[in-house]
Amino acid sequence: MQVTMTVNGTEVTREVEPRLLLVHFLRDHLGLTGTHWGCDTSNCGTCVVWMDGEPVKSCTVLAAMASGHEVRTVEGLAHEDGTLDPIQQGFMRCHGLQCGFCTPGMMMTTRALLDRDPHPSESDIREAISGQICRCTGYATIVRSVRWAAEHPDGAVPAAEEEPAAAEPATEPAATEAAQPVPTGSAS
Amino acid sequence: MQVPGPFEYDRATSVDQAIGLLERRGETARLIAGGHSLLPMMKLRLADVEYLIDINDLHDELGYVLVESDRVRLGALTRHRELLESDELAAVLPIFRDAERVIADPVVRNRGTIGGSLCQADPSEDLSAVCSCLDAECVIRGSTGQRVVPMAEFHRGPYETAVGDGEMLVEVRVPRHPDSSSAFEKVERRAGDWAVVSAAAVVTMAGGVIADARVGFAAVGPHTVVIPAVSELLRGEAPGEQLYERAGAAAAEHCDPTTDMRGTAAYKRHLVQELTRRTLRRAVQRISDGGS
Ligand SMILES: Cc1cc2nc3c(=O)[nH]c(=O)nc-3n(C[C@H](O)[C@H](O)[C@H](O)COP(=O)(O)OP(=O)(O)OC[C@H]3O[C@@H](n4cnc5c(N)ncnc54)[C@H](O)[C@@H]3O)c2cc1C
Ligand code: FES
Ligand code: FES
Repeated sequence: MQVTMTVNGTEVTREVEPRLLLVHFLRDHLGLTGTHWGCDTSNCGTCVVWMDGEPVKSCTVLAAMASGHEVRTVEGLAHEDGTLDPIQQGFMRCHGLQCGFCTPGMMMTTRALLDRDPHPSESDIREAISGQICRCTGYATIVRSVRWAAEHPDGAVPAAEEEPAAAEPATEPAATEAAQPVPTGSAS
Repeated sequence: MQVPGPFEYDRATSVDQAIGLLERRGETARLIAGGHSLLPMMKLRLADVEYLIDINDLHDELGYVLVESDRVRLGALTRHRELLESDELAAVLPIFRDAERVIADPVVRNRGTIGGSLCQADPSEDLSAVCSCLDAECVIRGSTGQRVVPMAEFHRGPYETAVGDGEMLVEVRVPRHPDSSSAFEKVERRAGDWAVVSAAAVVTMAGGVIADARVGFAAVGPHTVVIPAVSELLRGEAPGEQLYERAGAAAAEHCDPTTDMRGTAAYKRHLVQELTRRTLRRAVQRISDGGS
């Protein structure tokens, strides 16, 4: 059967079997391998992409079911000019990833969380990622990364304007944070 | 990599058309709603489907929460997340928000539906316990019209319902009673997991005593159960800790759990006892707090 959907802003049409899962459509047919696939039981959440703006587990959606819908993957998270989304910057700065396997799904879920609630509490963040498994970081740094993104809705200031001390932001996130104006009304 | 076996796929454009497609293909056809029970089963080849009818485009027609004076009507395609987020529903039937908070995880809740949950007829399904306890009615539609089946008759056994070939569940109706409230509690091994045991309670008060009460459970028998002995014990009594204690003991005695990877039968009986107490206590508290 023929499926047509918009993936990261571009319309794509392919001939597929009805039984093809969306995760395999993205990876194998479109070469978008940022979306990972880690279980067969809808438990690990590493395959999370957006369908019509909402996170879904793409291993539990048929490509056929996504036809006619708008899909966004981690490849479509950065801004058009190449600037990383604040969530991506947060994961870089606050050690939100180690092996990176769970990271695309985590970023898609937490970006959607911030879109709905720009000032989530720590428990809101933990609740949002509760359907996702990370075998490396232990979640504390993931939560910290999301908080960083919430506190920096426009991302980091361009590198040229940053203090030299912030040139190695991953090792000194506190110094970087201190250099940033904290938006009023941020999560306490 | 597990993939489902081959099947044909169609999308329904209206309830009537879905029923027409179901009728034409008989028992080889299956509906897919959220897909979060069916697709994993198809991947594991526990479900063999020749013809799959996607009903997600019917969300406009079948995704609703309608609070009426004497009942609440829930469209079969209402998603877990919509049930969780409906303030109107939480105000009259707080049990739904209690339960939805602990059903699966937020991403699964974006897709799974109440219709799929009840039609899956999994003995561990939390919404089935909720709807059994609320004495809900299921509206099943076929080409010759619709029929209304009480929850007590809806589940025929594990993974088996009263929905026949060529029929679909379109609505769940929950009666409302004045001076009544409800609560749900679940024990799970980790966030987003299926219940070790979950319990639902609905209480109606009249003149300071319990006029009617029901407790129901998931994961303690071949289907979600309401225990009549507990209702009998509670009826006409003034609420209080000692009564909840006795109700819990009766529930533990009359349920039928099995030992499995989630826990021993003895542990599950202990949970039944404790969760009966907690849910009754909370439901009664909610009535005295003035909520419904
Ligand atoms: C990781 C994970 C964790 C979960 N944890 C929990 C949990 O803690 N508690 C819990 O209760 N559930 C849990 N679930 C199940 C989840 O709630 C499912 O979404 C739900 O059971 C099925 O709903 P669905 O809409 O996805 O149904 P589907 O999978 O689409 O369908 C299920 C069955 O119902 C049939 N069906 C669907 N709609 C209709 C209809 N309108 N009329 C007739 N037949 C219909 C289908 O043909 C199929 O046989 C979990 C699921 C996953 C993947
Ligand atoms: S691959 Fe989709 S949830 Fe694990
Ligand atoms: S960073 Fe390795 S699984 Fe999360």
